[in-house]
Amino acid sequence: MSGAKALVKALEREKVETIFGLPGGAIMPVYDALLDSNIRHVLVRHEQSAAHMADGYARASGKTGVCMATSGPGATNLVTGLVTGQLDSSPIVAITGQVSTPQIGLDAFQEADIISIASPATKYSHQPRSVEEIPYTVREAFFIASLGRPGPALIDLPKDVQVDSAEVKFSDKIRIRGIKPIPTPDNTQIGRVAEMLSEAEKPFILAGGGVIVANASNQLQNLAELLLAPVATSLMGKGVFPENHPLSMGIIGMHGSKEANQIIYDADVLLAIGFRFSDRTTGKLDEFCPEAKVIQIDIDSTEIGKNKCIDAAIVSDAATALNMLNKALKKKLKHKKKTSWSKKIKEIKEISENKIENSGKELTPPKILRELRRLIPEKSIVTTEVGQNQMWASLYFKALRPRTFITSGGFGCMGFGFPAAIGAKAARPDLPVFDIAGDGSFIMTENSLATSVLEKIPVTVVILNNRMLGMVAQWQRLFFNRRYSAVQLGNVPDFVKLAESYGAQGIRVGSIHEFSKAIKTSLKEEVTTVIDVPIDPEENVLPMVPVGYSLKEVIG
Amino acid sequence: MTKTYIISALVEHKPGVLYKISNMFWRRGFNIESVAIGTAEQEDLARITITIEGEEKDAEQFVGHLEKLIDVLKATRLDPKKAVIRELALVKLKAKDAKLRSDIFHYVDVFRGRIVDVSPETATVEIVGSKDKIDAFISLTKSIGLIEVARTGETALIRGPESVRVDE
Repeated sequence: MSGAKALVKALEREKVETIFGLPGGAIMPVYDALLDSNIRHVLVRHEQSAAHMADGYARASGKTGVCMATSGPGATNLVTGLVTGQLDSSPIVAITGQVSTPQIGLDAFQEADIISIASPATKYSHQPRSVEEIPYTVREAFFIASLGRPGPALIDLPKDVQVDSAEVKFSDKIRIRGIKPIPTPDNTQIGRVAEMLSEAEKPFILAGGGVIVANASNQLQNLAELLLAPVATSLMGKGVFPENHPLSMGIIGMHGSKEANQIIYDADVLLAIGFRFSDRTTGKLDEFCPEAKVIQIDIDSTEIGKNKCIDAAIVSDAATALNMLNKALKKKLKHKKKTSWSKKIKEIKEISENKIENSGKELTPPKILRELRRLIPEKSIVTTEVGQNQMWASLYFKALRPRTFITSGGFGCMGFGFPAAIGAKAARPDLPVFDIAGDGSFIMTENSLATSVLEKIPVTVVILNNRMLGMVAQWQRLFFNRRYSAVQLGNVPDFVKLAESYGAQGIRVGSIHEFSKAIKTSLKEEVTTVIDVPIDPEENVLPMVPVGYSLKEVIG
Repeated sequence: MTKTYIISALVEHKPGVLYKISNMFWRRGFNIESVAIGTAEQEDLARITITIEGEEKDAEQFVGHLEKLIDVLKATRLDPKKAVIRELALVKLKAKDAKLRSDIFHYVDVFRGRIVDVSPETATVEIVGSKDKIDAFISLTKSIGLIEVARTGETALIRGPESVRVDE
């Protein structure tokens, strides 16, 4: 069997259904072998999009996403997408072609040392130097990508190894000496944390992306209801706790809700789960809830106390820890009465929800996003681009289920949302998928329109179009004396014509009524749709906590 | 409080591993003082001894990040009080005249070093001991004509029956 065939067979054994990629010289034998496989190949127009699609596929489904590219520029174009996946703990396997082994190191045509270049962005990388090595390499890559805290893995396959033939054995066995078992929390630890929580007068839960990865949203909800504790999420955790739940405080942090950012300071015990206290969620760290006792549950021991000093820690998968905690707490909290804390939470939520928008404008991002939520089914998947669109979406679009809100949180990678939406739709063709976009971000990977249309993976892009690099413009307005530097994008392209030129549907809307109509059309017709929604370029995302300030110091 | 910490790690002895480990040092911004690496008790394993400077929290993070690497089998912080710690240095000195040679012999004796190479113009000294001892020897010989220094970096093992190893 040739190396290329061995690779494809190994991928089939991993139950890979879809590969996002783009061929080139050094990966051609694999592309030839793919013709004889049932694996679906989705052709992209730029490799960065292939990595984002694999990422979106993984986040929507929980399965590992696969992307493929040729050597050199093909491989380096994947890197942005791999780092994106790494910072948001997404399981991705990337396969790259490499020049033939005798040429490696000689600066051959389209040669790049992708193993080294991608090393800080991958949990695992390997370059098989013989056909025999291929099956085990694939097994190892998939195993490690999804193990514990998930992340990207890379297989770099030299062209001669793809062509060579050998007798190949396939096995599911894994023999990695460096795998450290994930500890199961012991009862003493759980008991101590349960004690702290049951004694808390004003407990507050912070849930991050780790709870989504662990598929532990039910357990989280049980815990919150047991404790009557409000739950705020990080951006990555959005959707893990239904944002229409009476205990939901939305997201906290730089662009968190004012209420969540204030009330968290009243808490006496903070329970953080799969939540890494990133600078965007805590604001000035020294002033982040200095009085509260902090409990941290994380599968990654290096996250414990990395940013915020803590009082108790459990290194564990969130689902296991939450199951044990809930069991321990049920005994302790049998007769817990509604406290003044839950009354206060209720009051605060009422104030925030009854706030009436007094802007007279017809098309504001909050109005658009609330309308979008109203119109689309609860289970729809929404991705975002990066910038103002993303923060508006996190503030005003209520996510109700885990894995339905997909965004580049850690890396803040512009151009992510659209290909990620295509990846999500490929994983979940049964669900409507929307990309909440800004014009600046969408332009970065707009050529994925070709993929969406031709591969029949229809998604709808809602462009909040301010003809600006809006977030940078906002900072220039607020912190640079309104001196705009390199942020005006101009009124090009015409997104309706752009969509149409790819064979997609383009709709420009001028009112909420037209917007609703466009969304309804896109839900009904299931074709790739771009909805261009012109908005006021002066619009700020508020509230906002400036960098280096505590969460109490909110603008707007 | 900033201190020096010694970390001992057992890693896969194969190409690319050192690259991945040193990559982690750089990416996470650790302050590395020395790295010593060589084949361990099993031929397919290497033992790395790393000296870092930082706070207690940095040392803990460092061990955690090392352990997260698939190629690292085990990583442990060594308590300097409960470990044998040694470094080897080769020091080439000017030794043209009799006076210099006699000074060198004298210093080597005091520091319990060995002269391992002599030429009409130079003498090369091997010196083994703690980092401080080697620092002291180097600073002393600077005044009499230091030409070259090669140091291994500190390497260490836990004293007594306790060990950082994996069973075959």
